[in-house]
Amino acid sequence: MRSISAARIPLGLAALALVATSCSLVGSGDDDEGRDAGGSSGSPQAGGTVVLVTHESFALPDEVVAAFEEESGYQLEVRASGDAGTLTNKLVLTEGNPTGDVAFGVDNTFASRALEAGVFDGLDLDLPAGAETYALDGDDDHALAPVDNAGVCVNVDDTWFADKGIDPPATLADLTDPAYEDLFVLPSAATSSVGLAFLLTTIDEYGDDWPDYWSDLMDNGARLTNGWSDAYQADFTQGGGKGDRPIVLSYDSSPAFTVDGKGGTTTSALLDTCFRQVEYAGVLAGAKNPDGAKALVEFLLGPQVQAALPESMYVFPVVDGVELPADWASFAKQSDEPHEVDPAEVAEQRDAWLTEWRDVTTG
Amino acid sequence: MSLSLSLPPAVRRPASLVALAALPVVVLGCFFVLPVSGMVARGFWPDGELDVGAVLEVLTRSRTGRVVWFTVWSAGLATVVSVLLGLPAAYALHRLDFPLRRTVRALLLVPFVLPTVVVGVAFRQLLGESGPLGFLGLDGTPVAIVAGLVFFNAAVVIRAVGASWESLDSRPAEAAAALGASPAQVFRTVTLPTLRPAIVSAASVVFLFCATSFGVVLTLGGTRYSSVETEIYLLTTDLLDLPGAAALSLVQLAAVVALLAVAARLRHSADPSVVRVPSRPRRPARTDLPQLAMTVLLLALVAAPIATLVVGSLRVGDAWSLGNYRALDSVGDQQALVVPVTDALVTSLRTAVDATWMSLLLGLLVALAVTRRSRSRAERRLRTVLDGFFMLPLGVSAATLGFGFLITLDRPPLDLRDSALLVPVAQALVALPLVVRTLVPVLDGIDDRQRQAAASLGAGPLRTLLTVDVPVLWRPLLAASGFAFAASLGEFGATAFLARDESATLPVVIFRLIGHPGAMNYGMALAASVVLAATTAAVMLAVERLRVPSLGAL
Amino acid sequence: MSLSLAHVSVDYDGVPAVVDVDLELPAGQVLAVLGPSGSGKSTLLRAVAGLEPARGTIAWAGQDLGGVPTHRRGFALMFQDGQLFGHLTVGRNVGYALRLRKVRDAEARVAELLELVGLAGYADRLPGTLSGGERQRVALARSLAVEPRLLLLDEPLSALDAGLRERLAGELRDILVAAGTTALMVTHDHEEAYTVADRIAVMRAGRLVQSGEIAQVWAAPADPETALFLGYARVLVDDAAQRVLAAAGLPPAPAVAVRRSALTVDASPGPGRLHDLRGVVLSARMTPDQVRLVVGVEGVGELDAVASVGAHPAAGEPVRLVVDRSRLAVIR
Repeated sequence: MRSISAARIPLGLAALALVATSCSLVGSGDDDEGRDAGGSSGSPQAGGTVVLVTHESFALPDEVVAAFEEESGYQLEVRASGDAGTLTNKLVLTEGNPTGDVAFGVDNTFASRALEAGVFDGLDLDLPAGAETYALDGDDDHALAPVDNAGVCVNVDDTWFADKGIDPPATLADLTDPAYEDLFVLPSAATSSVGLAFLLTTIDEYGDDWPDYWSDLMDNGARLTNGWSDAYQADFTQGGGKGDRPIVLSYDSSPAFTVDGKGGTTTSALLDTCFRQVEYAGVLAGAKNPDGAKALVEFLLGPQVQAALPESMYVFPVVDGVELPADWASFAKQSDEPHEVDPAEVAEQRDAWLTEWRDVTTG
Repeated sequence: MSLSLSLPPAVRRPASLVALAALPVVVLGCFFVLPVSGMVARGFWPDGELDVGAVLEVLTRSRTGRVVWFTVWSAGLATVVSVLLGLPAAYALHRLDFPLRRTVRALLLVPFVLPTVVVGVAFRQLLGESGPLGFLGLDGTPVAIVAGLVFFNAAVVIRAVGASWESLDSRPAEAAAALGASPAQVFRTVTLPTLRPAIVSAASVVFLFCATSFGVVLTLGGTRYSSVETEIYLLTTDLLDLPGAAALSLVQLAAVVALLAVAARLRHSADPSVVRVPSRPRRPARTDLPQLAMTVLLLALVAAPIATLVVGSLRVGDAWSLGNYRALDSVGDQQALVVPVTDALVTSLRTAVDATWMSLLLGLLVALAVTRRSRSRAERRLRTVLDGFFMLPLGVSAATLGFGFLITLDRPPLDLRDSALLVPVAQALVALPLVVRTLVPVLDGIDDRQRQAAASLGAGPLRTLLTVDVPVLWRPLLAASGFAFAASLGEFGATAFLARDESATLPVVIFRLIGHPGAMNYGMALAASVVLAATTAAVMLAVERLRVPSLGAL
Repeated sequence: MSLSLAHVSVDYDGVPAVVDVDLELPAGQVLAVLGPSGSGKSTLLRAVAGLEPARGTIAWAGQDLGGVPTHRRGFALMFQDGQLFGHLTVGRNVGYALRLRKVRDAEARVAELLELVGLAGYADRLPGTLSGGERQRVALARSLAVEPRLLLLDEPLSALDAGLRERLAGELRDILVAAGTTALMVTHDHEEAYTVADRIAVMRAGRLVQSGEIAQVWAAPADPETALFLGYARVLVDDAAQRVLAAAGLPPAPAVAVRRSALTVDASPGPGRLHDLRGVVLSARMTPDQVRLVVGVEGVGELDAVASVGAHPAAGEPVRLVVDRSRLAVIR
């Protein structure tokens, strides 16, 4: 008989479906439960779970997370996705009914939007020494605690310029010099917080004339990419993709990642071009576990997290006296006088600036 | 189905339609209509008060005009190029017989389900100023965008037109030749008119895909070019300009509905009297050289970015090495990841399994519901509307959907914002149109009298389904599951929005890896991309073996 | 144990397809519903099968079938093109309904049925390998397998070529009689109806025009259109009708339907009788059995007639025609 029994096919399909579900997520939900149960029985205080909402660049070493759970008795659950802007918008949209207890990663370019929307509860916290200088202007309720900072600076490939026998640029104005035509790559201000930071740098530097600077910059062959990774990894001469542009918009800490193994580094940050980004943490209004939330914010300002920041998230701690990794100590220089723009003004003008910026830069 | 025991036929038919369509409609309602309308409503009621003016104002911005125009012309050009490249390849791959024909067919289908992140990386590797084709200066230009769109969509043309071409009766062409028509004249006067419905239908689908493409425009166009889809993304995630996003979303949705209606009409107008005789493919002759050459060109276009990807993944520093692959069980330089890439691959596979059975279940119910014979015009219209309804996820931005989930699924009984189910559900919705479009033509092709014959012999509805539908359906069903599986593996937009770090899928992990400094991370991203592409290719090869003609003919 | 239809109507999207049909089919008989395409006869059949929602009453043995779905009616339906299940062998197609009912000795019954339809030994073949006629026989065997209360045949032979159709019609009749099956057959071919059925019902434009014993309907069509549909070559009225009726020795009537073979050329010598029809041959066409003529008859007009092959008259020749009374039908 060559015919296929009609009854055997559905049986086969059913068997297939069974096999399939047994290796599916839904079919094996007990994984998570097992972990949760084991975790809470291990912590004597059993204070429940505290949920941290953050952006996708968030990372902490396992032992630091374990230390928090050990000390506080709370389980830490991290929900990370999107960038700082997406994070802020999510918080604004879910205001009053947040998806977590603590938010980390709102920076000084987006903080005003979150504060205006009433996303955060006031935070009664004594900031450790040094952190106070990074507090957000206009945050009168002390809703946001500064956790880390980084400078967004133009970086240059020193070896490339040495090979060519050209002096590398040093200032914003240099970047529009024909000598550096077609050498600069940077992420878009519309899609990248790094790009936005650089736009703010130019606004701080040139005031209302910033659109002219940008049109000169574009005329000089600056390349815009979607995100930092595209610019640094694919187009920068020292990035992973071995691109061919020796000037890139990146961080003040980036030179610490291009060490040449001979006691030096191949790149350097132009300290006159830096914009200071500060990232904040805060307790969300409507948090289900406000006590756990406060404990977590305090822990983020504690010595373990502060010390882990450079290696985990490529940013500088805000607390005084934290020891930096060796490469950082040698090669990651911070600007003494970074560019800054009043957060209130950023909140008010950002959309207008970005719209105008897109008109200047988009063909 | 037990309903049918006692109800008269006049009630039974609508009742069975409702029973079949209920689950898919509820799922799509909860996970698509609710979130999307929630976001649109936020745009219309920004501060709790209706503000239509703000929405309309967006439509009058000159930028909106530019964005719409760019979308139309880039998608239009990409469609034309896809058709021009796809037609000769469809001929060569479906009418000619040469070694590795099926393999080539499967390989050309791979890009269609590749994640845009991977393709973006691959194209940048290829076209970037330091890449093998960097001298062309195409990086960041509209040409790169169009090339990327063609890369994705040529397979759709090959599939849809190829299936039609394969089953084309060759006798009219022979008759024309006997009457003195040259091969070119035969093609122009006989073959092309017969294929026209398939071509136009494929073109409309390609246009739809191109016009709603997100990743390609964003990664390959830099930010110099903005399409409606990327503009919605920027307005939503960046500017939180919800009225603007709502306006553009509605424009896009309306355009997609119109396109789907056109495509559906063309699908139906395909002449049913055309004889379908699968003709045996023949050995290539000298006259087939142009078509074969075009196929090779297309293959090169598809292979080149993938090849640069593979080469890049095998380079560590300046040497050849498998180091990038060996590193896949780590979390990368500087702890770039929360979980190793290998774990992400497992998560991807498991999520894809869930998304597959979900989309298969929903797709099967939808396909059954829309293909039952309609008794009245109203019923037929209802089924057509249902059919179109399930295509809608094609036309909505992942950002709109993702934010929509956050603001609408936030209260019991639907507090699903953190549910592990969201990712597979979202992927299932993305794969659903593919599944439905694979199954519907097959079910449409079943003579309803077969079911009536079974019923008259005493078979109940379930038994009838097993006797008549299942034997014809199981192959397309397997093929559709392969397609859904591959599409789910590659899904990035919605997944990136919804997936948590510890349960990140492979495309999300790849995106993270290229987002972190360190040469090792970049190499790992390339290696992971190759793994993902290979997995996808393996699934598509398996699907190709099933030989389902309607596959991918949306 | 009979099928009875009372005031049955079916609409398609508001357009009436079957209008107010009353019909009786006693057990053991074969009823042919005859009508041109679009007359609603197939819709009526489908309504009986439970495939179309119908108003009015469709009852079996006095029990209303209104809420009974197709698969519980016990009526087997056989289609024009068989609708065999292509993935099942002939044997499994025939045994399909038996397996549904978990009948024991299904194998033997299948063999018996295949024997009945003249396809013994075909059990293991797939439908794709059969000829059209063989497929219809398999479909018939499949329908008969569980001895349905009523067999519904939808143009069962019309997909076949002429010779095969004629032969199978006779066999179908024999098989139905041998099995004692009650059957409702839909056809547009009056010869097929004549061969297979005991009773006949004529439908036109959704309505039942006439029904009854087959000979009875044949002898007295209800109206001219019915007569033409039943295979009568012409319907004559008024004077022409009186002339032909007189020639046949019948009393006057308003109209008469004439079969082609009702008029024969009288080749016998002699002057003939008073009412004989005389005319001139207008055209003649040879067939293997006879010569078909068109004759212009004075006072009547054109009439069809036949002549024997041996002595066929050429066009322009005068002829005398005799009338066969049994091939006329008086319409009142």
